[in-house]
Amino acid sequence: METKWWSGGKSPFNVEYGKLMMWYFLMSDAFTFGAFLISYGTIRFSQNYWPDPNVVFNAFPFAGHANLPLAFVSLMTFILIVSSVTMVLAVHAGHKNDKAGVIKWMIWTIIGGIAFLSCQAWEWTHLIMGDHAVLVNGQIEHIGTTVTRNPWGPAANIAAHDGHHIGTTGPVAFGGYFFGITGFHGFHVLSGVVINIAMLIMTMNGVFERRGHYLMIEKAGLYWHFVDLVWVFVFLCFYLI
Amino acid sequence: MEHSVQEVTFHHEPGGNEVVKKIIKTTIILSVITIIELGMGLAMYAFPMAAGLKLFLKGVIVILSLLKAFYIVGVFMHLGEEIKTLIMTIIVPLLLFIWFIAAFLWDGSSWKVLRNTYNPKATTEVHAEGGKY
Repeated sequence: METKWWSGGKSPFNVEYGKLMMWYFLMSDAFTFGAFLISYGTIRFSQNYWPDPNVVFNAFPFAGHANLPLAFVSLMTFILIVSSVTMVLAVHAGHKNDKAGVIKWMIWTIIGGIAFLSCQAWEWTHLIMGDHAVLVNGQIEHIGTTVTRNPWGPAANIAAHDGHHIGTTGPVAFGGYFFGITGFHGFHVLSGVVINIAMLIMTMNGVFERRGHYLMIEKAGLYWHFVDLVWVFVFLCFYLI
Repeated sequence: MEHSVQEVTFHHEPGGNEVVKKIIKTTIILSVITIIELGMGLAMYAFPMAAGLKLFLKGVIVILSLLKAFYIVGVFMHLGEEIKTLIMTIIVPLLLFIWFIAAFLWDGSSWKVLRNTYNPKATTEVHAEGGKY
């Protein structure tokens, strides 16, 4: 028999209130991230020159000055994908009321989140502390990437004494958008880790076991997957194209 | 049932090994797509290529990212298993993005064209208008 969802007495969307509201929150959050990324796109489309991500993001921890374009950000991307997988396994364990399974996979998800944040901290530090010789108003200055300086401009017509090409400064908006948007995403990851830790503690204390369902793990899972989803687009806009 | 105050929802069957298999399969798909995207991103850096080809590759990378988004939302977030009206209340508002993206990228592009037209110096300078942007 066909179910009459709107005849009363049933949840017409067949989901619990909190989970439905999590979906609508995530939809609104998608517009917030979308607005940021589209604003970045507008400024980028208005420029005659924009830095090549392969040139900007080519460093790897403990690799010295080796030219490894996109290697580190690939690692970060895989860490986030794997933590999304462990999260969906925690949700799956929750469906089966498997407390030990939920605890195990939540711990792995939290570790993945912390690993991603550590990578981002290293990447930011590397960009800000970077020491690049660039030509500013006829003078050579050593600068890093910040919200007010961008050393990733086109090459100047002069070379340093070691044959290294001197660059000029690039569009200032680059740093602001990069730190602003990856920072906003990183803040989501941080709050996701805090939420996941809270869920882990509640699971360990048997709160969901007594409640008879692990819906809270599903809701935390939705948020965590959204963080991974946003990263797909941050990765696309800042590193790939 | 009609007079029940309690909200009623019907739970999905928990599912066994086939759920885990689906998760592993999706993980592999996401990883492979990411590797292809990275390969294309690096190819644009490693080999000199025409602007048109570069634009084409970027378009393919955008489509591949949308595919990744589809798998994350559909499988990991289980949106595909919800009932259709719920899916529609999430997806339909997101259609606003079509206008949002088109309008604002067009605006940015127009800004560049106007600046290059009325300030010919701008084409040779990174910092058009004193480096404000």
